[in-house]
Amino acid sequence: MNSFKKYLKTIELRNFVMIGALLLIWVVFSTLTGGSFLLTRNISNLVRHMALVGILGIGMTMVIITGNIDLSVGSILGAMGGLAAVLHVWYGVGTYQTIGIVLLVSMIIGTAQGAIISYLKVPAFIVTLGGLLIFRGVQLGLTKGISIAPFADTYKIYGQAYIAPSIVWVLAIATSIVLFLLDAKKRSDRIKYKFEVSNFGIFIGKNVVLTLIILFVAFILNSYRGLPMQVFLMMLLVVIFTFVTQKTTFGRSIYAMGGNFEASLYSGIKVKRNLVIVYAINGLMAGIAAVVITARLNAGTPTAGMNMELDAIASSVIGGTSMSGGVGKVYGAILGALFMASIDNGMSMMNIDAYWQYIVKGVILVVAVWFDIYSSKKA
Amino acid sequence: MSNKILEMQNITKIFPGVRALDDVCLQVNNGEVHAICGENGAGKSTLIKILSGVYPEGTYEGRILINDEEHVFSGTSAAEKVGIVCIHQELELIPDLTVAENIFLGKYPHKFGVVDWNEIYSQTRELLKEVGLHRESQDEEGRQVKPTDIIKHLGIGQRQLVEIAKALARDAKILILDEPTAALTETEVETLLGILEELRSRGITSIYISHKLDEVMHIADRVTILRDGKSIGSDDIKNITKNDIIRMMVGRELTNLFPYEDHKQQDKVLEIKNYSVQDPDIPGRFLIKDVNIHANKGEILGISGLMGAGRTELFTSLFGAFPANSVGDIFINGEKVSIKSPVDALSHGFALVTEDRKRYGLILGMDIKENTTMASLEDISKLSVIDMNQEIALTQELIEKLKTKTWGVEEKAKNLSGGNQQKVVLQKALLTKPKILVLDEPTRGIDVGAKLEIYKIMNQLVEEGVVIIMISSELEEILGMSNRIYVMAEGRITGEFTAKEANQENIMQAAVGGMV
Ligand SMILES: Nc1ncnc2c1ncn2[C@@H]1O[C@H](COP(=O)(O)OP(=O)(O)OP(=O)(O)O)[C@@H](O)[C@H]1O
Ligand SMILES: [Mg+2]
Repeated sequence: MNSFKKYLKTIELRNFVMIGALLLIWVVFSTLTGGSFLLTRNISNLVRHMALVGILGIGMTMVIITGNIDLSVGSILGAMGGLAAVLHVWYGVGTYQTIGIVLLVSMIIGTAQGAIISYLKVPAFIVTLGGLLIFRGVQLGLTKGISIAPFADTYKIYGQAYIAPSIVWVLAIATSIVLFLLDAKKRSDRIKYKFEVSNFGIFIGKNVVLTLIILFVAFILNSYRGLPMQVFLMMLLVVIFTFVTQKTTFGRSIYAMGGNFEASLYSGIKVKRNLVIVYAINGLMAGIAAVVITARLNAGTPTAGMNMELDAIASSVIGGTSMSGGVGKVYGAILGALFMASIDNGMSMMNIDAYWQYIVKGVILVVAVWFDIYSSKKA
Repeated sequence: MSNKILEMQNITKIFPGVRALDDVCLQVNNGEVHAICGENGAGKSTLIKILSGVYPEGTYEGRILINDEEHVFSGTSAAEKVGIVCIHQELELIPDLTVAENIFLGKYPHKFGVVDWNEIYSQTRELLKEVGLHRESQDEEGRQVKPTDIIKHLGIGQRQLVEIAKALARDAKILILDEPTAALTETEVETLLGILEELRSRGITSIYISHKLDEVMHIADRVTILRDGKSIGSDDIKNITKNDIIRMMVGRELTNLFPYEDHKQQDKVLEIKNYSVQDPDIPGRFLIKDVNIHANKGEILGISGLMGAGRTELFTSLFGAFPANSVGDIFINGEKVSIKSPVDALSHGFALVTEDRKRYGLILGMDIKENTTMASLEDISKLSVIDMNQEIALTQELIEKLKTKTWGVEEKAKNLSGGNQQKVVLQKALLTKPKILVLDEPTRGIDVGAKLEIYKIMNQLVEEGVVIIMISSELEEILGMSNRIYVMAEGRITGEFTAKEANQENIMQAAVGGMV
């Protein structure tokens, strides 16, 4: 029992509060909606809804970790959606060619913005604010102010298809096993270096709980059609970029740059190049999100992506990323996105006017940051 | 009536994982200069942070009595109210404000609510004069500090003196100085000690923390010694010798403080020809003028000079990190190289440990292992994936080598004591396996025992074929360790001496030589 208490202390307080708050609002919404919030169809809906912001949040988190900001991703997403529609619908470019071009162009846009910030030393806020206006303009120009439809079925997969339940089970079990093996390796390494580790029972218990959660999520999603494609994409990207940020030299460098830019420079870190790469990745995320949104709507629209940069920033920050740089986790953005999507979803199910959603999300954002400042002062 | 102005009784302070202070007692008499000595991590800074309200009541155990009356402080302003003013080890000036704004921060004199800037500037000028930063004579272009200068444009030593001016402006009854002289040159130290004497004659009590024991012997009336968070003893300076203090600090006798070795000098490794660096602030003016120097394999090359002589600027520029243009040639092993950034420098085996560890050296929010490997990430990774096990093993090796005091490689840099932070910066430099290692004030803030360790490591590196270039403002250290010495003044090389030729007089002469 005692060692269990000790274990609880090592889990970051923040994650605890975050998950507690999530459970709380789910309980509240379930009661208030008479249980329909928890219907598998609604949950499936909710996670599909969060995927877009989640994908943008991944890139945004990396940008904020370096101590910068990107206000342009919503507009890039919109413009790339327009580009995809024009190419695919009006010019008959094939699905894969279209997607390839969209991803490439979005990455080039990110690279260009990053280069202006990094090499020409124009503040990120200004460059990406400019980008916000420019690409909103591009979006309107490309779409000529109308919705462009329809997309081919091969394209719509990325926003509408589901991965079949049998495959989801396989994925879930494989993920559980891999996570367990990684944790076991980490534990044995720590023992080798005589670091403190939690006792064996807790180690097993933790992994059993984690596996149960994964299987439970799979079960819920499988009770309604399976795993939505865009959610799968989001998860894949989280895994990739968690690895990149936590395990690679590049990832370490971007934390260092946000923690102390001058010290990173003096340590021989290629600070300028890294910053460009971070913006390139962020552009790419906007491109991926553009593919997802056009596939989901089955159209390129003149308004897609409006204000989405703000949602992305909010989900990063709610997920624990510090605006002053050097602190944050990619998966935090996913929790943040889930949080915000839950509020959107729950409130609209209760038929509360949309304006309340803005107000509530705004309050939560401020409270989350206050909590971070408060808890870091206490420690 | 008792003569004690301050008594701290049975102070215990626990951080997660460390007992920083364990039942420590401190008694300070009215009007004396009371020194506190102890190794890095002994708990000196922690003790005075408790006294000055940084760690408020409730975060520690024990009692604080001032004039026999118990006080509890809810914060620094509460401590300031009873006249306890502290200059902390880590400087706390606001970099973007001016000198005057910093000195009067929060206490601006005003007339009817309007800040009286004339008053502020004239008072600031007086204070700057007191700490020797402002001179009346205008005939020299030497770097005078004006009340309107922005803090971030000042050197670290100048900032330290501004910090002292700020404390003087606050009417302290008990003035606490945590390693105030670590960043100062000899003349500045003299100024500071003069100020302390002056304050003592006015009846103000000072608490003085320093690793420079000669200063302690010179200025202090009494001394208290801490070791591993415990008070070892207090005594009048009259009754005690420097060696007694060292023995109480480290728990054993240290005889030879400078383990000088007459290394065998070999070929030139680094050669600088006609090197000049522009002033980033004043176009057309040169900070470094026509420097020609070289460094040989197998030597410790000392670089001496007064503050503002351009030593740091010269080597930062050679390292590719100085924000101004330079002209001239750099040769490494006879080959001309072009160094445009620290990346280039490190790839040529040229490493630099900067004097300002907080700004250029450490990432405070990261842990020891991450800081240690920061400049060697490529070496500990395969296909860009960091080998975390190797990272831990290498860091632990260096921690042992440098005797860094910490509970483990996962301790955050910001939780380390000042001296141990310095060791982490050294760890980072050593891990790059440099061929040329420039150490800018390498023992600043480091205790006698650890200093000795660092000197031994320098010797060992030289034996392994590394060229060590040591910039230092401590003449003793320069004379005690260098095989060869250059002296700089006003951006020029004004003297070159072998270890045999060099002495205090000819180095000082060269150091002021450029200023005529
Ligand atoms: N915020 C903190 N969190 C955890 N440990 C800390 C913290 N601050 C200090 N410590 C630990 O407390 C001990 C005493 O530190 P302190 O800064 O008082 O040493 P010091 O005597 O001033 O050393 P130095 O001469 O190097 O400045 C050290 O082991 C240090 O690592
Ligand atoms: Mg200290």
